[in-house]
Amino acid sequence: MSVQSIRPFKAAAKDVAANFHGQQVVYFCWDQHLMFYAPVAKLLPPDITFQAVIDTELTPTYSRHPDFARIDWAAVQWFKDGEAFTPVLDTSLAGNGITHKTAVHFKTPGLNGLNGNGF
Amino acid sequence: MDMSVKKKLGLKEKYALMTRNLGWEPSYEKREDVYPLLDYEGIKIHDWDTWEDPFRLTMDSYWKYQAEKERKLYAIIDAFNQNNGHLNVTDARYINAMKVFLSAVPALEYNAHRGFARLGRHMGGVGPQVACQMQAIDEMRHCQTQIHSISNYNRFYNGIHDWKHMNDRLWYLSVPKSFFEDACTCGPFEFIIAIGFSFEYVLTNLVFVPFVSGAAYNGDMGTMTFGFSAQSDEARHMTLGLEVIKFMLEQDPANLPIVQKWIDKWTWRGVRLLTIVAMMMDYMLPKRVMSWKEAWEIYFEENGMSLFKDLARYGIKVPDCVEQIKKEKDHLSHQAWTTFYAAAPMTNFHTWIPSDDELDWLSAKYPDTFDKYYRPRFEFFREQAEKGERFVNPNLPQLCQVCQIPMLFTEPDDPTQIAYRQSEHDGEKYHFCSDHCQHIFDNEPEKYVEAWLPVHQILQGNCFAEGDDPSAPDFDPIASVMKYWHLENGRDNGDFAGSEDEKNFAAWRGMTTSNT
Repeated sequence: MSVQSIRPFKAAAKDVAANFHGQQVVYFCWDQHLMFYAPVAKLLPPDITFQAVIDTELTPTYSRHPDFARIDWAAVQWFKDGEAFTPVLDTSLAGNGITHKTAVHFKTPGLNGLNGNGF
Repeated sequence: MDMSVKKKLGLKEKYALMTRNLGWEPSYEKREDVYPLLDYEGIKIHDWDTWEDPFRLTMDSYWKYQAEKERKLYAIIDAFNQNNGHLNVTDARYINAMKVFLSAVPALEYNAHRGFARLGRHMGGVGPQVACQMQAIDEMRHCQTQIHSISNYNRFYNGIHDWKHMNDRLWYLSVPKSFFEDACTCGPFEFIIAIGFSFEYVLTNLVFVPFVSGAAYNGDMGTMTFGFSAQSDEARHMTLGLEVIKFMLEQDPANLPIVQKWIDKWTWRGVRLLTIVAMMMDYMLPKRVMSWKEAWEIYFEENGMSLFKDLARYGIKVPDCVEQIKKEKDHLSHQAWTTFYAAAPMTNFHTWIPSDDELDWLSAKYPDTFDKYYRPRFEFFREQAEKGERFVNPNLPQLCQVCQIPMLFTEPDDPTQIAYRQSEHDGEKYHFCSDHCQHIFDNEPEKYVEAWLPVHQILQGNCFAEGDDPSAPDFDPIASVMKYWHLENGRDNGDFAGSEDEKNFAAWRGMTTSNT
């Protein structure tokens, strides 16, 4: 179905990649850690490596959580738009198939928030 | 000499002359050119004359009633101001509930005015035209009285000094703003289902209770009086909403699926909007009226269901989303307040950790969820604050493309897992907080791809203060966005404890009760 309108119109999507000046929005969420209340929206260059994202973006974002220091990064389960995937750490976001407005989620088995309660 | 005195007009006669007889059939323009918006939504109306106006109110009586209401209202508001009525509220934390209300609602009233004024022009029959015109004037009146209320609070408290500017820009205020803009860009029939039926009829008590009863419980006579003055109009608005829906359903069986789709959509849109109301009821009123869960059970699960039973004879079904809302009622307010607490630097009001007796009240009201999931969160926040490390999440959140609320809602059956939904349109990805927001998008993607999402606008560089240079080496994006919002971090927001509001209120109240 589509929108009903008085006359035909061409919708102008507000958030296409071209509007972000060469960068792209990527959403990240550490599942079962609701202290951070919602996934975060990051503006990143497509050529940044996945490891750099972990070091310069995810670490300052989430390190305040007591679970963070205990993360075994080799055991982290990653999801890209809901599908499980294994990131290549020294490859760029683009090389990992992470494009504009991709949602990246990660689970840390055994670390499920304070008291194991999702927070 | 015999005088022939004309008899005064009876009510019925007056209604006929001053309402129905004002209309005419166009003779040199086609009817569809005069009323160009009546067909494109697919609603079929065969006979506008069968419309029954339940109030039979004519403009002359309307002006008389409203003028009387205004006189009473402003007499009380003036008295409230002269006597520094703001110092009689239970606790200055209450004023933050007013800040949320005053930041969001006057603009909603104004948009309701715009919407009903448009319907007053575009409805196809004189009866509904006149009813919509009166409602348009009511909504303008509500907007004006609320603006007067803002000025009374703004003189003394921080955060509401530029409500209109913030309403157009601030992230959380885009939620109510986009709700009404969605409605105002609908055709006339969908607009009236959205606002007149779903919002003002189905959900009205859930809006009314926290604000007006909340004001009464917390000693805010000005707001209480305004609320009652507005509520006397709402009875008319609710009846208009109900009358329109019955009229549409009686006119043609083909209208049913369209109307049902709109009810489903706008019940969900309305409930998502009420998230902030849930939070106000459970966390922001120092003297609670009832819990959000209790209000939902009384006003939706009992009263709302009897309304749907009444409409069942037309084939209307209870919206599917009600099942999810039942599951969320135990979680909604807690998830919202922890969000605002953590997002403190990005708001225009103060937050706090509930006191011990408030935590106990929440445990009692939410026996199945509060102690298990939410009390430990506040205890963690309190512990951090006591260590001098007040918890803040300074990151920009991902927003739902439809309701524009940060994606903070959890799966209906798993309160530890954020709900993610995703669609693609025209090669672009879109994200949603729920099945129901996703369905709304999937039905009309062209509408929602144009959403002005504050987070994306900030990331596009469209929300920096005028004159700031993002390429400058010392550019601070967060500070620039705050400046763009006209907010002063730490003064207009942050913890209530230690705020200028708290200090001033204590000092002024002290002056009214002691001699030092």
